Amino acid sequence: MTSEQDPRPRAVIVACTDGPLLVRGEIDLISASGEAIPRTRKTVALCRCGVSTIKPFCDGSHKLVGFRTDPVPPADRKRDEGIVTGEEAPPDAERSGA
Amino acid sequence: MVVCAGSQGVDDAPVRAHCVGMNAFDWARRSGGPPEILFDARGPLSAHLLDVLQRPVPESGEMLAALLPATEIALSQSVDVLRDDDIQLALFILYGLHYGQVLPADEDWEWNPSLITARLALEREFEKRLRSCVPMPALPEVDSDAVAGALFDLTAPDPGPSLSRYAAKRATPGQLLEFLVQRSIYTLKEADPHSWAIPRLTGRAKAAMVEIQADEYGGGLPERMHSTIFAGTMRHVGLDDRYGAYVDNVPALTLTSLNMMTMFGLNRRLRGAVAGHLAAFEMTSSIPNRLYGNGFRRLGYDTNVTWYFDEHVEADAVHEQIAGRDLAGSLAEDEPQLLSDIMFGASACLTIDGWVADDMLDAWSKGLSSLRVPLAVQSFATA
Ligand code: FES
Ligand SMILES: [Fe+2]
Ligand SMILES: [Fe+2]
Repeated sequence: MTSEQDPRPRAVIVACTDGPLLVRGEIDLISASGEAIPRTRKTVALCRCGVSTIKPFCDGSHKLVGFRTDPVPPADRKRDEGIVTGEEAPPDAERSGA
Repeated sequence: MVVCAGSQGVDDAPVRAHCVGMNAFDWARRSGGPPEILFDARGPLSAHLLDVLQRPVPESGEMLAALLPATEIALSQSVDVLRDDDIQLALFILYGLHYGQVLPADEDWEWNPSLITARLALEREFEKRLRSCVPMPALPEVDSDAVAGALFDLTAPDPGPSLSRYAAKRATPGQLLEFLVQRSIYTLKEADPHSWAIPRLTGRAKAAMVEIQADEYGGGLPERMHSTIFAGTMRHVGLDDRYGAYVDNVPALTLTSLNMMTMFGLNRRLRGAVAGHLAAFEMTSSIPNRLYGNGFRRLGYDTNVTWYFDEHVEADAVHEQIAGRDLAGSLAEDEPQLLSDIMFGASACLTIDGWVADDMLDAWSKGLSSLRVPLAVQSFATA
């Protein structure tokens, strides 16, 4: 099917609130020097908070640094309080793979 | 070990077939040994159930008829269904008939009305107890971003004591082995409990669930299936990766954790809870998995062992976004009456798995094993 017949875009990027850019669809992911960055899954999350340990992918660390995408965070969100960073603050629910 | 009572010899085909049914016999013949149940009963109900299941359906007679009364007695005598070894093992076995690989039994047992009746009786009390123990979070607005936000709030990183931080910094080789053993009950069947819900969902929520589960199942590459990667981790530290090999070792609550997901997945009316459970599950995974991987690296293990954890650092940072907005959020928008069960399922995940982790940390901090039956071998195969 050609793009004239199919109005859908090749790829969609979802700007996740307080989190990564979720990329669905066909994109070429390349490094600054033009080499392909290996991609092992269909949908990927690209870090936009700057602290991921697996850049350009998100590793969930945005939650540890209180990364906010809202210009004014909603008052009813308690996530602005008590933010601690780094390995000292893993979630208390203990997951080993989901 | 409970071994089929009639399996006196490898050549004794009619006796073995009579005892455990043709499917188990065929399975045994292929694997070159008698079919074996890899775990023992933990009380009268699970003993009764194992006795029934070692017979072919037509020959179960009186034992089968007595199963429901035995179930009702076990329930009436139980102090806490969530920590009841006998009841949780019985549920685990009944669900095992749907999953397969849990125990050798006549495959005709799967939809036997008497077994289903017993299962429903157990599930009724199980769910009742969960609903009374699990804290109910405040309900967000019916809006996918608000639901995702509420779930991210509920699962937000907590600076308190944590199993993953302990694993990263202090756990001994024996404790990390126990950790893998505890996790194996779910992880060797990773994703399957939630997958029961796929045909029970529709539209956007179904598409989101499939998107996550396809990645859990390796995106078309069997060697990348998360359960397969985990089995490799087990083998590389010298553990047995057969399903059920460590059932005897784990406490009731570890079985409860899997049983809860299975109950949510197998009951269409609980599809809100299964969506919330998966969201909370994914949202509490990436960061701990980085720390678990660090724990194994600290002890000198290479990527054969850490691949599973490393994979989840990246995968679950994707899955948590899909699960929050597209699965749980869309489901709430499409079926607003499910909102409260979505939040319940998420809270139930955090509560039960939080207790499992607390019990492990508590035992280790006292220098004890976290297992019901400690492992015979306490050291890694190779480092
Ligand atoms: S956006 Fe998730 S780690 Fe940066
Ligand atoms: Fe996974
Ligand atoms: Fe996942």
